Amino acid sequence: MAPYKHSVALDYDKCKGCITCLKRCPTEAIRIKNGHAVIDSGRCIDCGECIRQCPHKAKRAVADKLADLPFGKKFVIALPPPSLYGQFENLDDADYIMDGLLKIGFDYVYEVARAAELVTEYTRQYLKRDDIRRPVISSACPVVTRLIALRFPYLRDNLVPMLSPMEIAAEKAIEEAMAKHPELKREDIVTVFISPCPAKISAVKNNIDGYESHVDFVVAVNEIYFELLGAMGKSEDIAPISKTGMVGMSWALSGGEASALLNDRYLAADGIENIIKVLDELETGSFPFLDYIELNACSSGCVGGVMNVGNPYLAKVKIQNIKRYLPVMQNRPSVDEVKSIPKKYEYRQPEYESASKLDSDRKTAMSLMKEIVSLEKKLPGFDCGACGSPTCRAFAEDVIKKASLLDDCVFLNKSDEENSSNT
Amino acid sequence: MDNASPLAFHFDVDGNDFTSAGEASVQVKKILRRIGIDSEAIRRVSIAMYEAEINMVIHAGGGEAELFITDDKVTLVMTDRGPGIADIELAMREGYSTAPDNIRSLGFGAGMGLPNIKRYTDELNIESEVGKGTKITMSVNI
Repeated sequence: MAPYKHSVALDYDKCKGCITCLKRCPTEAIRIKNGHAVIDSGRCIDCGECIRQCPHKAKRAVADKLADLPFGKKFVIALPPPSLYGQFENLDDADYIMDGLLKIGFDYVYEVARAAELVTEYTRQYLKRDDIRRPVISSACPVVTRLIALRFPYLRDNLVPMLSPMEIAAEKAIEEAMAKHPELKREDIVTVFISPCPAKISAVKNNIDGYESHVDFVVAVNEIYFELLGAMGKSEDIAPISKTGMVGMSWALSGGEASALLNDRYLAADGIENIIKVLDELETGSFPFLDYIELNACSSGCVGGVMNVGNPYLAKVKIQNIKRYLPVMQNRPSVDEVKSIPKKYEYRQPEYESASKLDSDRKTAMSLMKEIVSLEKKLPGFDCGACGSPTCRAFAEDVIKKASLLDDCVFLNKSDEENSSNT
Repeated sequence: MDNASPLAFHFDVDGNDFTSAGEASVQVKKILRRIGIDSEAIRRVSIAMYEAEINMVIHAGGGEAELFITDDKVTLVMTDRGPGIADIELAMREGYSTAPDNIRSLGFGAGMGLPNIKRYTDELNIESEVGKGTKITMSVNI
């Protein structure tokens, strides 16, 4: 399998080599080397926590630019996510966003919220099966699916075996556009997801396990925002394009997806540290009474995505306003499709080689572990991060794996000097 | 490096804080993952340890856990200085519990702790003396 490509880039000049991201990375994927942060893509889950926390704004997601989009050359379809509806002041109708997207050059808009409603319906049906591993875990957040594959492989079979709403939206959008414009060929069309988070960029980029994404470009919400805002008119006569219901829009908020399943035995957790705790407990067999688990890596859900513009709590209020008078659901699978997840939407998270494994050979791994444990005992245990590793334990491992030098520990050096000056 | 001696780790299980129960089993899980134990075996070890940890906190005010990893198995020795188990056979029965009501109201005390440990381990040995404490030795083959 090709190595994982993550989507966080470092602005080398802005990075001061401080330890903020080092300490906050939930998978210990960051090291400070030669005064700058380096990400191990084997461990990175693209949660965006380092982007969110960097005090020097030295980290950013690598997305496509608006100028990269082939407006005028191809039939360009925008795929706006549910969280986008929460980014605008005094907006009472989603059609202003659709209208704005068309005005800035998109030829067609297909809301990801519409595909989310289909996923809701498929999931309701899926939960009725008695041959599935419970509790079922949502596979919509790409940080969660990658985290499970890397750290909780036992829970992989609990994931809904289905593509994310973004992917289904891209497929549906192409289908719909070709039906409306029979002159279009597949190669004339490109799809552009407007992303609230770096994880969605990576999900598209990595095409894992032979699945080829139908999303061609990913631009960040904050890249498109001001252009879109400028284009969004206040005129009364805008075309009614938005076709999402309350359910689709609620997917932007933590708990929205799960509550739409009309099943009270669900848990919804958000924020990367919280979801790791839930997964740890789930793996030890807690929550046997639950049917469904919705996990969002960003706090408050997708509105908390690091590439959004507005405060996530305000975005939540705004979405509640805008969805108030919408029908509950406006998108349903056809009658024969609803019985099971259509083959073309089936997707299982691939197995990864665990990034935390010390060696593929267990005996070697065990003897490395012994060396790490005995080295760790000599370290001060302050987890100061000055060596460039997030904790003393991680440093011990880096030294044994020859990725760091023992000399990098300032405390060991200091006590060596003291010892030699005393004698 | 002496390869004959097992890889050993020590954990204190804090009996004063019920909310921290289960933390040692998360630590154990991380260690086993690094060594590359397969995920099914890791799960069995962590469930068994979690149950034993909860028991220690509910009944014995905490205790100690030792983890030993050898080529063919993972062994946990959980020792406490609690009240001891008067009738081990009875305690092993599903649904039998002496947990107090306040613990039951948190969703614990269903009488499945020891039976679950038995179910998820390959070897289980319980030594207990009333008034002195309990020592549970359990292993999972890897």
